[in-house]
Amino acid sequence: MNMLQENNWLLSVGTFLPLLGVVVLLLTPKASDQMVKLVALVTSIATLAVGVYTAFKFDFDQAEKLQFVADANWISVIKSSYLIGVDGISLPLYLLSMVITLLVVIYSLDHVPSPGKPKAFFSLLLVLQTGMAGTFIAQDLILFFVFFELVLLPMFFLIGVWGGEQRQYASIKFFLYTMFGSALMLVAFLALFFKTGAESFSIPYLIENGGSIAKNIQIWIFAGMFVGFAVKVPMFPFHTWLPDAHTQAPTQGSVILAAILLKLGTYGFVRIALPILPDAAREWAPYIGGLAVIGIIYGALGCLAQTDMKRLIAFSSVAHMGFVMLGISTLTSFGVNAAMFGMVAHGLITGMLFFIAGSVKERYHTLEISKLGGMLTSMPRLGWIFGFCSMASLGLPGLAGFWGEFPAILSAYNPAEGLNETVFRVFMVIAALGTVLAAAYLLWMFQRIAFGTAKNSSSHDHAHSDDLHDVTTFEWIAWTPMLLGILVLGILPNLLFSVFDPAVKITLSAFGG
Amino acid sequence: MQTLNIFAAQWVAPTIDYFGLAPELVLAGGLCLVLMLDLFIDERKKWMLTAISSFTLLAAMVPVLMLALSETEVRTMFDGRYVVDNFSLVMKAVFLLAGYVVVLLSSSHIEQGEYWRGEYWFLLLTSLLGMLMMASSRDLVSIFVALEFLSIPAYMLAAWRKRDPKSNEAGVKYFLLGVFASAVMLYGMSLMYGVANSTLLTEIGAKFTATGEFSAVHALAVVFVVVGFAFKVSAVPFHTWAPDTYEGAPTPVTAFLSVASKAAGFVALVVLLYTAFPLAQDIWQPFIWVLSALTMTIGNVLALKQNNIVRMIAYSSISQGGFVLMPLAVAGLAGSGTTALRSVVLYMIVYAATNLGVFAIILAVSNKTRSGEISSYGGLFSYAPTLGVLMTLFLASLAGIPPLGGWIAKFVAFQSLIQSQSTWGYALAVVGAVNSVVAFGYYGNVMREIWMRPVPDNDTTLISVPGSLKLALVITAGATLVFGILPGVGLHFADLAEIAGAIIR
Repeated sequence: MNMLQENNWLLSVGTFLPLLGVVVLLLTPKASDQMVKLVALVTSIATLAVGVYTAFKFDFDQAEKLQFVADANWISVIKSSYLIGVDGISLPLYLLSMVITLLVVIYSLDHVPSPGKPKAFFSLLLVLQTGMAGTFIAQDLILFFVFFELVLLPMFFLIGVWGGEQRQYASIKFFLYTMFGSALMLVAFLALFFKTGAESFSIPYLIENGGSIAKNIQIWIFAGMFVGFAVKVPMFPFHTWLPDAHTQAPTQGSVILAAILLKLGTYGFVRIALPILPDAAREWAPYIGGLAVIGIIYGALGCLAQTDMKRLIAFSSVAHMGFVMLGISTLTSFGVNAAMFGMVAHGLITGMLFFIAGSVKERYHTLEISKLGGMLTSMPRLGWIFGFCSMASLGLPGLAGFWGEFPAILSAYNPAEGLNETVFRVFMVIAALGTVLAAAYLLWMFQRIAFGTAKNSSSHDHAHSDDLHDVTTFEWIAWTPMLLGILVLGILPNLLFSVFDPAVKITLSAFGG
Repeated sequence: MQTLNIFAAQWVAPTIDYFGLAPELVLAGGLCLVLMLDLFIDERKKWMLTAISSFTLLAAMVPVLMLALSETEVRTMFDGRYVVDNFSLVMKAVFLLAGYVVVLLSSSHIEQGEYWRGEYWFLLLTSLLGMLMMASSRDLVSIFVALEFLSIPAYMLAAWRKRDPKSNEAGVKYFLLGVFASAVMLYGMSLMYGVANSTLLTEIGAKFTATGEFSAVHALAVVFVVVGFAFKVSAVPFHTWAPDTYEGAPTPVTAFLSVASKAAGFVALVVLLYTAFPLAQDIWQPFIWVLSALTMTIGNVLALKQNNIVRMIAYSSISQGGFVLMPLAVAGLAGSGTTALRSVVLYMIVYAATNLGVFAIILAVSNKTRSGEISSYGGLFSYAPTLGVLMTLFLASLAGIPPLGGWIAKFVAFQSLIQSQSTWGYALAVVGAVNSVVAFGYYGNVMREIWMRPVPDNDTTLISVPGSLKLALVITAGATLVFGILPGVGLHFADLAEIAGAIIR
């Protein structure tokens, strides 16, 4: 099998290191807030260091193979094992999760949201990181499921405890939606296990043997997985938890949700659903594509109707994830490459937009677009960063967003063999219209918030003059890597494409490239 | 008279395997000691009874372990009417450990308030003795005796708070419905005896519907017996006693009823299904399918609207019972018997650890708040973070969220349903999947109180947790985490549990 086993301790260390930080936090009951922040910071720096070392050791010439593979006995009775590894598809996402967590921790050093309790806050962030990284390295369905679910509780509490006015409603809604999806997904995993001879839950094994399942059964199993992943993405019509969760979550929660958590769903499609059940994927592809373009248009129209900046960005996520799903639904390596790129780009850009929204809320005490204005005059640096991210988000060539969107649209022109070209070309046209709408809502938002003169809302006059300060040091440290990432990936997209491409080609070999 | 003399002359005393009976004998010795000592020691020394009770339970674990390690796999006594096999040993260990945790939960609770300590421990140990007997009984009569042995002390324990009308109601309700269920079950057993001409389970198993045809008598016999145990495990629609009894009974007794007593019901049910009427699967499989689906769904729906934590846990434990029953609905299909049994045993082990943990927290919190309202948990995390986090872990485990124990129990239950590859199995799996989501509605509600709501009346006085409760929390939380992160541990014991003489596999 195509696996490299050198240095197989690296992934486990990188994944579970954050938990060590949590244990340290729990064992120091009287830790001061400074101490808690220090532990969290050191842990996430160390985690990223392990991640960078992993990337350094990664053999990019063999990116299509699983590397650092470890296979340990875990639940032998049910034939599930602790099988982990990364290839070109998972490595960038694995690293992204570590980078984002570190930046979020840095940002939180002086932005622990109300009601405080930094110890619990940072502990949950670190547990969340373990769950996210674990999902990207798991090569066993049960292990994948455990990590996939591990992120639920920390996010539930991050939204529910540190969120906005409607936080309790939003957190329960988030949880029930995702749990519903994953319950059906688990049933689908089990059905898959028994239909392939009850031999193993290992993903490489299932990829080899899944194709032999009868088509009508594949379709049903795919349906179960589809619900699980589509809720997470989220695809229209399962998206309704997202605007609430994003709007109510604290800034840090929104950033992680947008940057990493949504990717767990699309990653699941690419890693699990497509390669294991190719026949079903072909049947489902037009419907997935259809829902994706509905999501693009619906998300964009939703954005145009929003009066709240954060909610607008949340709806833009629905639209952007629509492009990612459109790329996946073409079942071509071109489309899936675009989707993978779109995942990383959306993570950086939308994550950044949520950071900005958080800072706006902190300074203006409101996110109502109609009450904001003149950011470029009052806080020029923040204003320009905001402009930069809006441009990146609408897919300006030269910035990262472009390379996720444009190839995804293009890939629909020529979907994989056996898919109806006309249908996909219609999707392509609709998706292209979606980019126009994206430009409309993003520019409109930018214009109303950044241009013009600062508005004085009567109640907060004196507070404003104190609060309206430009980008702080902590914000600079947290944001610069993301801004650089957006720029560098925009200019040199091949940095990422060359990593994805070999692995994507292998993954999609069942569809004829 | 003369004939009686002839019979008496023919009677040969059965050889008794004292080693095989050792756990029961230790327990019997311990409970006699408690009863006698209670008469002679004065009030200040009553704490000794607590110590003796917990020591007895741990001491009884020793022969269980020795039996498990001994060469002889299966010990048969009284012509196969009393069998010590691996299934019974695993379940005896569960009963004894659960009993030990219940003692830890009770010890501080019954020292406050007007309780009669000596009798309390005596009845608790007696009920546990009945459970140990139940695990080994392989005869209709000995099953019935064991059932009454474990039930009658439980009726009295439920009514233990003598001056509290709610507790009286709990006891009376439990007693009346329990006796009714026993009567129905006895009727079923008598029909079974009439058909098979034997009370020995293995003999019934060989004769009962062996030809593949069955009549109304067979169906009635099976259904009545199953109904009797459906009452014991509070399966819908035989659950109506549970919420009132759980709410009225002293909290440690509720913990005992919802865990140990329930497990005993499942033990007997499984033994009967696997050895006495496995061939009548066409009768009981659909019946259990319906029971399981109803139990999960209705338990969940009713739990959603409870304001009292104990009542909510009562309905939650009804719904959990539905999950235990789930794999039994396909247990008779080829190849599913072993996994269904594994699933039932694993579910009971994990559920016991988790649910006892929930009750430990309920006891600790009610020490301070003196209230059973879910809203009294408001802001628990802010002033008692450890209790808050532990309660969250237990509830998450009950909801089946990885990496906590509950998930592997639910997972294995789903696994055995889907392994049957039957439409009924798939359908029940979907019902179970939907229900496990609905269940989070009420578990999540308590978490929400703990983490997100303000403290009622701003009363943030610290909660003092007695040492015995702390120990109980350490045991249950440790078990919940270990079962979840290293599921192999729980599965190992569940896999050991084979019923000697089981016909379906």
